[in-house]
Amino acid sequence: MNRAGIPIEEYVCSGHSACPGCGALLVLRYVLKVLGKNTIVTSPACCFTAIAGMFPDTCMEVPLLYNAFETTAASASGIEAALKIKGKKDNTHVVAFAGDGGTADIGLQAISGALEDGHNIIYVCYDNEAYMNTGIQSSSLTPMGATTTTNPIGKEAGWKITPKKNMMDILVAHNIKYAATVNPSYPIDFVKKVEKAKATKGFSYIHAYSVCPTGWRYQPELGLEMGRLATETGAFPLYEVENGKYNITYKKKTKNVLEYYKLQGRFRHLSEDFINDVQAYIDQEWQKLILKEECSKK
Amino acid sequence: MKNNQKYSSVEDLPEASVASVSTVYIKTGSWRVYRPEIDKEKCIKCFICWRCCPDISIGIDEEGYPKINYDYCKGCGICSHECPNEAIKMKREGK
Repeated sequence: MNRAGIPIEEYVCSGHSACPGCGALLVLRYVLKVLGKNTIVTSPACCFTAIAGMFPDTCMEVPLLYNAFETTAASASGIEAALKIKGKKDNTHVVAFAGDGGTADIGLQAISGALEDGHNIIYVCYDNEAYMNTGIQSSSLTPMGATTTTNPIGKEAGWKITPKKNMMDILVAHNIKYAATVNPSYPIDFVKKVEKAKATKGFSYIHAYSVCPTGWRYQPELGLEMGRLATETGAFPLYEVENGKYNITYKKKTKNVLEYYKLQGRFRHLSEDFINDVQAYIDQEWQKLILKEECSKK
Repeated sequence: MKNNQKYSSVEDLPEASVASVSTVYIKTGSWRVYRPEIDKEKCIKCFICWRCCPDISIGIDEEGYPKINYDYCKGCGICSHECPNEAIKMKREGK
């Protein structure tokens, strides 16, 4: 049954210790709503480890396995292999739920291995764009211009000057079956993409935009507004890749990146020149994406 | 030696700590500074507030209106900001 366009069942309960306005919780809540109760979640050290509750508490109504930082995909592959031997894989979904550091920095080799081995798992990366749990350290998915505790503002540019790693393209290069970017500000699109990942026989990857009021330094009520701005400015484009075929699911890139950047304290120090550089980079990436989509149609 | 034995059931596996208590006993409502209040006259029952609540603290009452569970609401204000009809107002606690 659906309410407001998304399934009604809840598999995460209240009382968890996420910050007010946390995006990661919305991501997990929507993912589990689609996958249902026959799901096993595995998660490395990340914000979610703290969110789910201190021992012996848990906010999950499905099994959750904690593992080491670099082993999320390896642990999910192990669970999948065990389920296969038990003959229970057909109706059980294995979800790896990791943050951006555990996906793009520390866990990258494990994803690469699991993908190459062709395990049938759903890997969800909730991208809050830094190591938020340990106190806002920079990760390779931190966007251009952001300041973190390891990229402090100095006299010269101390903030992060390099752009975000493109995780989607890294995984597409592995010939992934299904990969998609999702944003909780667009829940119906989110649910559709997770349903596709659920139906995929093989490794599927969901890259979820996840707001963090604490680390990004903005008012928590703007959470979903921020998500809409990220997609409308092209800073976080929504698209999916099915067997190498690109499909952009939100095409209205109408706004200037300044509108998105000016709301967040982590970009407060940026000069106009630097924001122009960011805009140029985002425009270039957007053009590339459009070309990729056109090539997929031929 | 246990290592050389073949594991035949769950009981043979080494013991691990298992979390078994649900977090529902933790009343996170005490974190709140601003309190959302629903104006039923303005509410159009679209349930967008329910959909976007990160604390899963919005339910449904007997008349079919959304109902906020103040035991868990952390007062982030997303529901108030997203409401299409401005039916949810944030009021400071204790005033």
